[in-house]
Amino acid sequence: MSMLDPRSRSSPAIRKTASASRLGRFRARLWQDRHLLLLGLPGIAYFLIYRYVPMAGLYMAFIDYSPFQGIAGSEWAGWKHFARIFEDPEIVQVLWNTLSISFLQIAFAFPVPIVLALMLNELRSQIYKRIVQSVIYLPHFLSWVVVIGICIIFLKGNGVVNELLKQWFGLAQPIPFLTDPGYFKPLVILQVIWKEAGWGTILFLAALAGVNPQLYEAAIMDGAGRFRQIWHITLPAIRSTIVVLLILRLGHVMDAGYEQIFLLLNPFNMEIGNILDTYVFFKGIGQSDYSFATAVGLFKGAVGLVLVLSANALAKKLGGDGVF
Amino acid sequence: MRHRTWGERCIDIANVLLLGFIALAMLAPFWYVAAVSFASYKEFLQRDIVWFPKEWVLSAYEYIFASESFVRSVGVTVLVTVIGTAVNLACTSTFAYTLSRPVIGQRVMLVLVLFTLLFSAGMIPTYLIVKETGLLNSIWALILPIAINPFNLIVMRQFFVGMPGELHEAAVMDGANELKVFWNIMLPLSKPSLAAFALFYAVMHWNNYFTGILYLNEPEKWPIQVILRQMIVVGEAQTALGSGHILLEHAPPAETVQMAAIIVATVPILVVYPFLQKHFAKGVMLGSVKG
Repeated sequence: MSMLDPRSRSSPAIRKTASASRLGRFRARLWQDRHLLLLGLPGIAYFLIYRYVPMAGLYMAFIDYSPFQGIAGSEWAGWKHFARIFEDPEIVQVLWNTLSISFLQIAFAFPVPIVLALMLNELRSQIYKRIVQSVIYLPHFLSWVVVIGICIIFLKGNGVVNELLKQWFGLAQPIPFLTDPGYFKPLVILQVIWKEAGWGTILFLAALAGVNPQLYEAAIMDGAGRFRQIWHITLPAIRSTIVVLLILRLGHVMDAGYEQIFLLLNPFNMEIGNILDTYVFFKGIGQSDYSFATAVGLFKGAVGLVLVLSANALAKKLGGDGVF
Repeated sequence: MRHRTWGERCIDIANVLLLGFIALAMLAPFWYVAAVSFASYKEFLQRDIVWFPKEWVLSAYEYIFASESFVRSVGVTVLVTVIGTAVNLACTSTFAYTLSRPVIGQRVMLVLVLFTLLFSAGMIPTYLIVKETGLLNSIWALILPIAINPFNLIVMRQFFVGMPGELHEAAVMDGANELKVFWNIMLPLSKPSLAAFALFYAVMHWNNYFTGILYLNEPEKWPIQVILRQMIVVGEAQTALGSGHILLEHAPPAETVQMAAIIVATVPILVVYPFLQKHFAKGVMLGSVKG
């Protein structure tokens, strides 16, 4: 501010004391909250070091980072790496793989928990219901390595499935489930269903537990059969849950489940199975192309952020609560 | 209650049978793996498919537990799970309590925590920070970068916010500072919920394989999930079990060894599963509370 400005002529001293007292109040407040801040210190340090410093590290996406020259010594690259994302046919393929696997999951894996929850809800024996629940929740807690390990043991050339096919149908050649790229996406979807469908019923069953039983009694009085009860009472009860979960899933289409896919990838299916996250791993960690891999990761994160926020706004608009 | 019609009865029976079949389909692969891991060499070679071994033997288990690197990987995983869960609980509960009080900067911190649920820097910048903080090739790389799950943090904060305010006021009246309130009052009251978080964090550590691949280059430090991947997915048993071990005479067939390793990696999950089950319906409900 210029000294010729009439407003500022007498104010520096005043401003100084005002800011000094604000600083004083701030210090007093810090001192007053010292125990709470001390308690929160590990958490604050964690978020700063492992969540926010890496965000500053996104700067790497705009330079030609080389580990030898360090961040300061590396040359400025501008949007070069981002431009490459849209020119490189390999990434277009990877983007397509990510989206197609995500949408296949939404089409085939998303509805399964809903159907399972409806079926469980129709069971009359509560003990039987609890047993079935206990069993179908279990795969959620197994690691992806175990799930895919079991899958490989079953589906390899001399695995159980091929042996059974040979015995029952006299199959001459084993089916190459693991190496034929055509089986890759169905396999991904089936594994997701096996592992997560049971667990996915929890939120729907929770919504169904809140349905007033008198609604069903009234419907029976009116002569509604089982399917009409499901259609007019049960489904409306979980409709908002379905809508919110579906929209949230749509917000995460850039995530196709890298922990699973990374284990399934091999040279045979790499072209159609490589997704954004695994691509970033192979480029960044495998080939040390840090800047480009960071740019791909940032691109994915930014698109994901926009998608989740719009999905949430959409959920709110449709009368749901949204999540944030 | 009126009588069910014949058609409804059929639907009920079909529903019961179908759900039973689905439950079996969830269990069958796992049962098969367990059965084969106990089958003898002879039986495994003679029968193509073994659902019930005629003779139960432990040779596959004896074999993997004789492998130094396998036993070491179990030790690494136990260590990471125990220390990691302790770190998770300490960091999550203390920060959750701080965020539940009207502390200076509370709003800013909450917004910054919530933002990490929406956006993360991604794999490469995080990898480089782990490298810069000197954690590469250390088991701390499997612990510190995932010290707090922001979602759990928000849920636990919600739990502290829900505590009656009188508790806090009474303690402050008695001259307790926030550290004492947290340690002597809030922590004992939140034991059941801490137990639930401990279980979920422990399962996360036990099942974690990707950070091991990302941050650990030396096979001696690999946790069991990475060893398991090496054995089955990559198909390199010699790096997983030790090259001398693989050439042992009378080694059981690779398949039964793989299956025994799967069972070893899964049994701890099965052991805590009943406790998990007690908590998770509650946990998921808590999670649906807005942050």
